[in-house]
Amino acid sequence: MTPASASAATPSPQPLRRTGAEIIWEVLEQEGVEVVFGYPGGAIMPAYDALPKYRVRHVLVRHEQGAAHMADGYARASGKVGVAVATSGPGATNLVTGIATAMLDSVPVVFITGQVSSHLIGTDAFQETDVTGVTLPITKHNWLVTRAEDVGPTLREAFHVARSGRPGPVLVDITKDAQQGSCSFDPDDRSFARTPHGRPPRATSLDALERAAVLIDGAERPVILAGHGIVQAGASAELLAFVEKTGIPVACTLLGLGGFPATHPRALGMMGMHGEAWVNRAIQEADLLIALGMRFDDRVTGNLKTYARRARKIHVDLDPSELGKNVPADVGIVDDVKHFLQTITPRVRASDRAPWLARIDTEKGDVAVRDIQSLPDGGKLYAAHVIHDLWRLTDGKALVVTDVGQHQMWEAQYYKHDHARGLVTSGGLGTMGFALPAAIGARMARPDSEVWVVAGDGGFQMTACELSTCAQDGVKVNVAIINNGYLGMVRQWQEMFYGGRYVATPMRSPDFVKLAEAHGLTGLRVTKRSEVAAAVEAARRDPGTVVIDFRVEQEDSVYPMVPTGADLHDMIRRPVGSTPPPGGSPLAETGADPDDQELPK
Amino acid sequence: MTPPARQRLRTFVATVEDVPGVLNRVASLFRRRGYNIVSLTVGQSEVAGLSRLTVVVGADDATAARLEANLWKLVDLVEVVELDADQAVERDLALIKVKASAATRAQVVQAAQLFDARIVDVAPDALIVEITSTRDRVDGLRRVLEPFGIVEIVRTGAIAMPKADTLTHSQKPATAAGA
Repeated sequence: MTPASASAATPSPQPLRRTGAEIIWEVLEQEGVEVVFGYPGGAIMPAYDALPKYRVRHVLVRHEQGAAHMADGYARASGKVGVAVATSGPGATNLVTGIATAMLDSVPVVFITGQVSSHLIGTDAFQETDVTGVTLPITKHNWLVTRAEDVGPTLREAFHVARSGRPGPVLVDITKDAQQGSCSFDPDDRSFARTPHGRPPRATSLDALERAAVLIDGAERPVILAGHGIVQAGASAELLAFVEKTGIPVACTLLGLGGFPATHPRALGMMGMHGEAWVNRAIQEADLLIALGMRFDDRVTGNLKTYARRARKIHVDLDPSELGKNVPADVGIVDDVKHFLQTITPRVRASDRAPWLARIDTEKGDVAVRDIQSLPDGGKLYAAHVIHDLWRLTDGKALVVTDVGQHQMWEAQYYKHDHARGLVTSGGLGTMGFALPAAIGARMARPDSEVWVVAGDGGFQMTACELSTCAQDGVKVNVAIINNGYLGMVRQWQEMFYGGRYVATPMRSPDFVKLAEAHGLTGLRVTKRSEVAAAVEAARRDPGTVVIDFRVEQEDSVYPMVPTGADLHDMIRRPVGSTPPPGGSPLAETGADPDDQELPK
Repeated sequence: MTPPARQRLRTFVATVEDVPGVLNRVASLFRRRGYNIVSLTVGQSEVAGLSRLTVVVGADDATAARLEANLWKLVDLVEVVELDADQAVERDLALIKVKASAATRAQVVQAAQLFDARIVDVAPDALIVEITSTRDRVDGLRRVLEPFGIVEIVRTGAIAMPKADTLTHSQKPATAAGA
């Protein structure tokens, strides 16, 4: 294990000594870390020099943003804490997008950065950046460590903070002299730098539980809003039990997908800006919303003034600052959703809610004739068809990692996730370039899972350098590039809200097949739906990473769509019977930037 | 500044670890969440290693509850309480440099005395008034002195603590972190 193991049998007369650099890896081993993602540099070199003595595997990335997303993807896929390592200055600032991504989606990641030696701090030394200052608003907490003896207690505290309560990213900035210095080290010590405080936990009052139960039993048109909290709390079984007893249908947020099985009869689908029409209408007609581990993001609610006006709201979240932030709660409960569901289920009546489910079914109305899955392809390749076929061919069991944009929404609509942690995606920050590195981390966390990247041609190119990481470390992921030659979601907004002026959205890409081959990987191209299955199967058989360039229809749009700030029931639908491109916007040109329409406070 | 209609001024007292950057963390929280901060003061507490902050903000009930919840999320925070104005002593210290010629000096001194303020520096054409009082009374003195010509004002912002008779039922002495 470590150089210290031999002395464990007999008490050592001399206390063990370790350098700060060694203590970093000692603590990572204590914390059960198997793999870290990183990139060396001057201020972190002592730590790297000590690495070969330890079992922790290091994956060398091509850009520190990739390390951050890999650690994030590792954490989302496994539920464990991810770790990324970078040097000072540019190494650390390259992590920033990845740290913010993890922060917005509450993902536990420990970032370790090197810092210039303590006597140089504040002198604008080479590669010096105030990294704890830069990352202060995008971490749960961060620390600057300047002495070897503080390395262990601070790192242990960092892991505790990252995974406890509402999880999130933390950063530990360790000066070069703290890595080089040495101190006595007790391998059995598990103490923190100090005891983290936090609000004293308060048990949910019986009164709040009773009021929640009364609202649930009395509701005729209830809807459950299942968020990321269900996935993070591991509460899928408890949610299923609650739904099977109460008959209440479930709408998921983007990050909640998979927390409740998509093919379950009570699963409505995704809510919000690109949620299915019947899901959003059910929310608008509901008389009770039961919000579980979600935060009423503006992409979920649309216009707050008209959001679910008829509904009482029960809001359960681990973080008290989320209650009432966007939508007032009639009953607000600060609790882990798993514990809440265990507590509330025995207190509510069994019901089948048949009239309400029948009512929602009538809302589906003409969906079948509008759904692109029902429309002929006319020999063309549509992204939504590719996703649907991928779902079928992988039996719905793949771990899908999506980038950000149109393909992300099509994946959310048409890949039916039945299992928690089956979808890894950047929801809150919407970080393009997330998918490939996050998928590498996800695959490292779950080497037995079939991992698919679904990315657009734009986002893929932001972090495509990590194909090289796949090749060097023998990481097997399958990459489906939904290549429409545009920054598709921005193009869609330009079509709908900016008079069809496609400014800076047409995008020329490299030959993705040759790009894969240049990395020693397999590249395939698909231009017709009839070719999809063969390419997917070829990718699955290939022992290495495979890139498939799906040349899809260029000007297709994601439907339905609730324009930013519009009422949730005010959706732009795919024109009936239209195969895309529909030939003109279904929405009259507004001339206004939808993001300028501020949500009412 | 006058807060919007549904808001009112509220005073939070927070005990935090006396570590580098802690004031930055609190200020950053207020800034990025858009809270309407009126004053923020920090100083040593009765326990070594702990500092005490007094924050005055304009907020409605819901915002205040979320602000308190957000403060609790700071790892360096030991405790935060919102003080009820009736159950607390609150003080603001101001230094006011005001023009005072031989002709007006007596009037300025008299005005200061009405507010229990002290004259702490005198020059031929100006003097400095020190007042320690509630925010309202400091504002009142300022208004009274304005006609004479205020040259400069420095204020500490409010510091506050619960009244002594609340000790028995609501407040216990703080202890060092981790003790």
